[in-house]
Formats: sequence, structure tokens, C-alpha cells
Amino acid sequence: MNKDQVLGFLKKNTMVFVLVIVLAFFSFMTGGAILLPMNVSNLISQNAYVFVLATGMLLCILTGGNIDLSVGSVVCFVGAVGATLMMNVGVPVWLSIIIMIAIGTAIGAFQGFWIAFVRIPPFIVTLAGMLVFRGLSNVVLNGLTVSIKDMTSFVDLFGGGANCYIPDFIGSGSLNLTCLFAGILGASIYVILQIAGRIKKKNSGYELENIVTFTIKTVVLAAVLVAFAYRLAQHKGIPSVLIWVLIVVFVYGYITSNTTVGRYFYAVGGNEKATKLSGINTNKVYFLAYTNMGFLAALAGMITIARLTSAQPTYGQNYEMDAIGSCFIGGASAYGGIGTVPGVIVGAVLMGVINLGMSLMGVDANMQKVVKGIVLLAAVIFDVVSKRGGKLVVKN
Amino acid sequence: MAKILLEMKNITKTFPGVKALDNVNLQVEEGEIHALVGENGAGKSTLMNVLSGVYPFGSYEGDIVYNGEVCHFNQIKDSESKGIVIIHQELALIPYMTIAENMFLGNERGTKIKINWHETNELARKYMDIVGLKENTQTFIKDIGVGKQQLVEIAKALSKDAKLLILDEPTSSLNETDSKALLDLLLKLKAERGLTSIIISHKLNEVSYVADKITVIRDGSTIETLTKGVDDFSEARIIKGMVGRELSDRFPKREPHIGEVKMEIKNWNVYHPLYKERKVVDNVNLYVKKGEVLGISGLMGAGRTELAMSVFGKSYGENITGQTFIDGKEVHLNNVSQAIKNGLAYVTEDRKGNGLILSNPIKINTTLANLDEVSTRKVIDKHKEYAVAVEYKEKLKTKCPTVEQNVGNLSGGNQQKVLLAKWMFADPEILILDEPTRGIDVGAKYEIYCIINQLVAEGKSVIMISSELPEILGMCDRIYVMNEGKMVGELDAKDATQEKIMTYILQSSGNEEENHE
Repeated sequence: MNKDQVLGFLKKNTMVFVLVIVLAFFSFMTGGAILLPMNVSNLISQNAYVFVLATGMLLCILTGGNIDLSVGSVVCFVGAVGATLMMNVGVPVWLSIIIMIAIGTAIGAFQGFWIAFVRIPPFIVTLAGMLVFRGLSNVVLNGLTVSIKDMTSFVDLFGGGANCYIPDFIGSGSLNLTCLFAGILGASIYVILQIAGRIKKKNSGYELENIVTFTIKTVVLAAVLVAFAYRLAQHKGIPSVLIWVLIVVFVYGYITSNTTVGRYFYAVGGNEKATKLSGINTNKVYFLAYTNMGFLAALAGMITIARLTSAQPTYGQNYEMDAIGSCFIGGASAYGGIGTVPGVIVGAVLMGVINLGMSLMGVDANMQKVVKGIVLLAAVIFDVVSKRGGKLVVKN
Repeated sequence: MAKILLEMKNITKTFPGVKALDNVNLQVEEGEIHALVGENGAGKSTLMNVLSGVYPFGSYEGDIVYNGEVCHFNQIKDSESKGIVIIHQELALIPYMTIAENMFLGNERGTKIKINWHETNELARKYMDIVGLKENTQTFIKDIGVGKQQLVEIAKALSKDAKLLILDEPTSSLNETDSKALLDLLLKLKAERGLTSIIISHKLNEVSYVADKITVIRDGSTIETLTKGVDDFSEARIIKGMVGRELSDRFPKREPHIGEVKMEIKNWNVYHPLYKERKVVDNVNLYVKKGEVLGISGLMGAGRTELAMSVFGKSYGENITGQTFIDGKEVHLNNVSQAIKNGLAYVTEDRKGNGLILSNPIKINTTLANLDEVSTRKVIDKHKEYAVAVEYKEKLKTKCPTVEQNVGNLSGGNQQKVLLAKWMFADPEILILDEPTRGIDVGAKYEIYCIINQLVAEGKSVIMISSELPEILGMCDRIYVMNEGKMVGELDAKDATQEKIMTYILQSSGNEEENHE
């Protein structure tokens, strides 16, 4: 590998390296506490909603840097309706889930209609949505808290309460063998897919990635996966919410990178006029992005009330900011057209690690916000400046 | 002889891959009206941008001597402070500000913390009177017509104490009365205030009317300067200077095999999307045959792009009426996707704005208009996509390290090839190529011509829109001439000459009286 390749590799994976450095920093500052099994497990459970929302937000941002400000309120509203239905009306859990998903998707479609077909700026439509659904949450809950502690089936399913882990089918000791095996299996599948993909690429005459970087990347990622599973196994096993996160990440990762619809999101953000002139219905792409955001906000709403075992009118505040921040830190372009699901997950994990690390260090909550804000600004400055070829200030 | 106010000496300006100006010389005397004429892309606007500092000192070679001193303008403000003011074709006025506010924008009266509105309006009144604009100073720009807006621009220039006024196509969007008034105003300002102006125009009758001298620019070089009273000032004489170049073997040979009529457009009318009463395409009829290269010639703003885009799935315009026939059957192409399905492709003139996704790699751009071809059940087969991109890269000889390269990093010629590849992969029967060789160098142009020949040899129909007359004459089997939204002439390739085309254009625009001569 020559110098250029090394630099290119570093540039392409900047946030991964930043994550490693930040993780090293916090494990040093907390005496390794951040890597304790319980904390690793908590990192997942606490940030599950961020992963889900950020994935949806990515699709909106891809269409041209458009954001959805309403997700926090929609999360709260969906949760409020769901909790009320289950506890106060007595609707069965399965039906409540369907209703919650339907409400979230409908809200998304409603906002998407104005954005896509009437071309009201997304900022305004979703700002309105943010106010409307925050207000409606209060109305639905009468300003009170509805506890769903007794709805154990719902709470367990979406990863809250005490039993929010996948039970250990194989082992019985302190180490959760199911979790460990799942990790090893996942790592093996990953390695096999990588090698198979490379062979196929070679056969069809592709430009191949340098063999050294390829090997390093594959081995390191597989090792991280196994180590991660081992940590979880040392605690209580796989948090059930992780399953939801994994499904979302894999499904959307696949859609964005392998399907024609996914390609349209990038195309619209890259050059809407050219996309339109290529025979693609760009209105539909916007509509889809926001409808889907509503759908994922509903899922995040369920995860939130399950984790907190209640619904309150204040839930979901600033969730939109966590999601937007993760996208930008994870390399999504503020102008649209650029960004990947894995990148966003790295961004979300980075935010999560900073949160958790600072909490463990006992940093004041207000200072935590300051640090997060600075990290976000720095990430976007880096993105914009590096794309401009390193020039910091634009000539007037 | 009067004093020389401005002299531009041996100006050379190169853009990546293209020499836009090549040793241009221009002398303007104090108190004269000097006209710059030349075809589209001859370099007139580039020259004026060099003069006004849009292209800063150092980005070109040669000297600008103004008022006896050599000037180094780094930005527009520098040239304005010397009294050189440029008025662009696209007016730079803000619609929701008043005439007075616009006139002193960036040059506000009063102090930094308090604008003196009284003085602003007084002064505005004064300059409006000079240019003969009878409006309230408080009227919004959006509420006055283009002709009056042009007067506001001139008043604004005068308020900056302009000594040399540069007008880029000042009458292109004006009707005859307004044009005449504007030209008379220039003559009046010259007589009363000794104002020097440089006017860029395509309307040769206006140029002969107003100018004292005419400098002809062709292919980035000054060809000649004609002086009123000394040289012949007739349109024919000017046209000769503008187009007087020989056709050489810049165009690959082709044996035409022309078949049946492939597509026909009848009574096509299109209105402007914003100014709904403005007719952009006016009752156009045309047809193209199989294996034919059909040229559409005309000046910029003639309505050619608008015609093409409105045919291509109504991607431009409002209230579109008319009929489209493909293979003799009437079709209704209401959106781009229907147009593509019916075998149409439109390769845009604006490859960066409307054609390519610059931040994406070549392979993604290549397949965008026909993604279904490389996917099964909406899942993209990336290996197939890669193979397609490589195939077209080799077919069109696109110069790039890999097809993973971002299109934004390619040269203009190679970008154009990617754009062509994209539309060739969509497998159309009829390709509309809008200015396919704009802004690319001679070598790449030749390669594009070869691709066009190959396409018609395969039995496809090509409609080529171009402002470059030699290209139209060298490539096309049949030529339509379009002007001001109308088809004003049709020529067979063997009868066509540059003079004939120019005459069609110039006779149909401007003065009715002159047409009867």
C-alpha cells in the first residue's frame, strides 16, 4: 500500500477511527468501566430508538438534506395512543401494535403528501407536525403518565423491563452461550459473504480493493463482532431490542444499497432535475421517505414506551436531534445524495459512547450537550471542507 | 481623433480544455458606441467578464489599459470604482424591492447604521428622469415590465458614475418599441453626457443603427473592426465576418441511409411555466426519419430546448398542445417515463444541471435512466451494472481510471460521453441531442460526431440542436431553422449555407419593414 491508499482508507473510514479513539479515551478515563458487559448492553438498549430513527432520517436527508423535525413528537404520540389503548381501553396487544404502526405511517404519509406533492418545505411541514403531535400527546394522555408495567408481553417484546433478553437455550451458566454462538455465527457469515463477494467481483473483472486492507477490514470487523457478542453474553445475553435494531439496519441497509428504490433516494439528492429527466417520479421518492419516517417513528415509539414501561407527554423530546446528529456525524451530506446506513450506525454509536462515557465520568448533563453539539459541528465542517478539497473559507 | 478610453491587448483566456479567447484586441474610443458581434460561444461574454473583473487579474493573459493606465481588476467592485459598469443579459434586480432600493443596492445612501431614504429617493428620481423612466421610485420591480427594468439597470449604472457602460444583449427580451427606445436612450446619453458604451447584440439591424464601430469576434479571436462611414455596415457584410470560416474535415463522413418517417410533431404550442401568457414554442411542425440526422439551428433563446423538453414527456412548459406521432401512430407522452418507454431520449444541453449526478460514479449515472435493465424484481445486479458501465466506457472511449470514478472529476468531453452512454443504454429509437458538443474540445467533438454517425447507421433517428452553424452543416441531413419560438425555415443539407441560415434567423427577428426590402 502506498501513501495515497493509506490516506484514502483513513478518509473513507474517518468516523470509525474517531470512534476507536473516543472509545479508548473513555475506557482510559473510566478505568475500563465503559467496556464492562453491563455498560455495553446498556449502550444498545438506551440507544435503540436512535438507531431506528436515524435510519429513517437518513432516507429523508438523502433526498436533499431534508430533515424531519416531527419524529420526537410522533414517537410520543404513537406511544401515548398505544399505552392508552392497551391500558385504558383494553385493546389486545397485537391489535394495539398494528394500530400504532398504522398511525405512525399515516402521520408520515400525511406530512409526506404536503412535502412531496404540494412542495411545502419539509422544515415547515415537520415543524408543524412537531407542535401538533406534541400537543395531541398531551390531549390523549390528559397530561398524565400511563404505566404499562403490567403489559409484560408488550414490554418484553420491545425490550423493556426485567426480561428483555433473548433466553439462553443452550447454556445455563453465567455466560449466555446462545448469545456467544449467535455472535460467532454472524461473524462467520460475514467473513464468508465478504470472500464470496470478492471472488465474484474478481470473476466479473472488477477493480479489486487492496488485498491487505480487505483482509484487515474483514478480520477486524469479525473480531469486533465476536468480542461484542462475548460482552453481551457475559451480561444477560442478547437484548431483545437488538433484534429490532438489527432487522431495521439490515433491511434498510439492503434497500439503500441494492434496490432500485434505494438508488432513487441517492439520485434525487444528487441531482433532482437529472433524476426527473431520467424518468423517475421524484415526488414519490419524497413521499416514500417521509411515510417511511412515520413508520419507523412508530417502531421507535413502541421501543420507547417499552423501555420506560410507561407513556408520558414529555417522551421523545429531542429525539429528532439525536437522529439528525447521528446521520451527519455518520457522514451523510447536508446537501443530500450521500450517506449510508452503516455510516449512520457508526454515527449513532459514537453519540451513544460519548453520552455513556460522560455519564460514567460524572460529567454534568449540560456539559454533555455542549460536547455533543461541538462533535456534530466538527463532523459537518469536516465533511464540507474535505469535499471542497481542503479549503476552509469560501472566496466571496 | 478622440482619446482612446479602453484598450484590451492580446487577451488570452483558457478554461480547462478550451481556449475561450485567443489574443483578442479591442480599442474603444471615448464617447463612442462600440458593438461586439459574433456567434454564440465566440467569446464575447468571456471578454466582457475579463474586463469587468469577474475573471480576476492573473486568470488571463494580456493587458487592460483603461484611461491610460494598466488595470488589475480582482473583482467587479474594482472595475466599478473606475466607472466600468456591466449590465448582464439576465437582469440582476430583486423583484420584491422598490426601484429606488434596487438602484442603490450595495451603494446605499446615508450612513452604515441609517439609510437616508430621502436622499435615496431624490437621487433615484434624478437618474430615472435622465433615462426617461416615468414610474414612482417606490414601485416594486416585479410590477414593471422588462423594458422598464432595463432602464432601471441603466439608471443604476449612471448612479454609480459609469463612464463605460457594457450591455450584454440588452434588447433580447424586449419588444420592438422598447428596443428602439433603449437604443435611442444610448444615443442620447452619448450625445448629452459623452457616455461610452459597449453593446453585445445578435440583432444586426440594431447594431448598424446604434454603433459607431463594430468588432467581430469569431472562435475566440478578433476578426475585424468596422467603422461607420468608412466600411460597409450592411447586415450581409457583418454576417460574412461572423461566419467566414471554411468547413474542413472536422466532421466524419457518413453515407446516409434514410428510411421512413419515425416521429412527427404537429401544431406544437408551449407556454412559459412562469409567464403563462408568453408563448415559447409557436405552432411548430416537424418530422424526423429513420437513420436521419436532423438539425435544429437557431440562436440561444429561440425555443429549441423548450421544444425538445416539452416533447420529451412534457418536462418543460405549460398548456402544451399539439400531436406527436411515432411510427405513424399518435402517442401521448405525459411524463418522462412514458417518453422513454416510447423510445425517446433527451440528452440535455446542461449536463451538470440537468444531466448528471456529479457526486455519483460513472456506473450509477450510466444506468440511471434504465435501472430495470440491470435489476431483477427491483434488486440491482451490481455485477451486471458494472459490466454495462465498462462496456459503454469502452464503446465511447471515455477516459477514466475506473467506472467507480465520480463524474464530477471528469473533463467536459468525458462527462458528455457518460451522458450519451446513459441515454444510449436506455436504448432509444429517437435521440434528441441538445448542444451535444458545447464546451468540449475539438478532439472530443470529433468522437461525439462519430458516435452520432454510428447511431444513425444503426437505424436510429437523431435530432441535433446546435448553435454552432458549422456543426449543423457538417453533420445534418436536413436542417430546421428556429427563431423566437417559430420554425422559420427548412433546408436540405446540400442547399444549406451559413449565410442562408443566418439570413433566415435575422429576417424573422426584429423589424417587419426591413423584411420587405
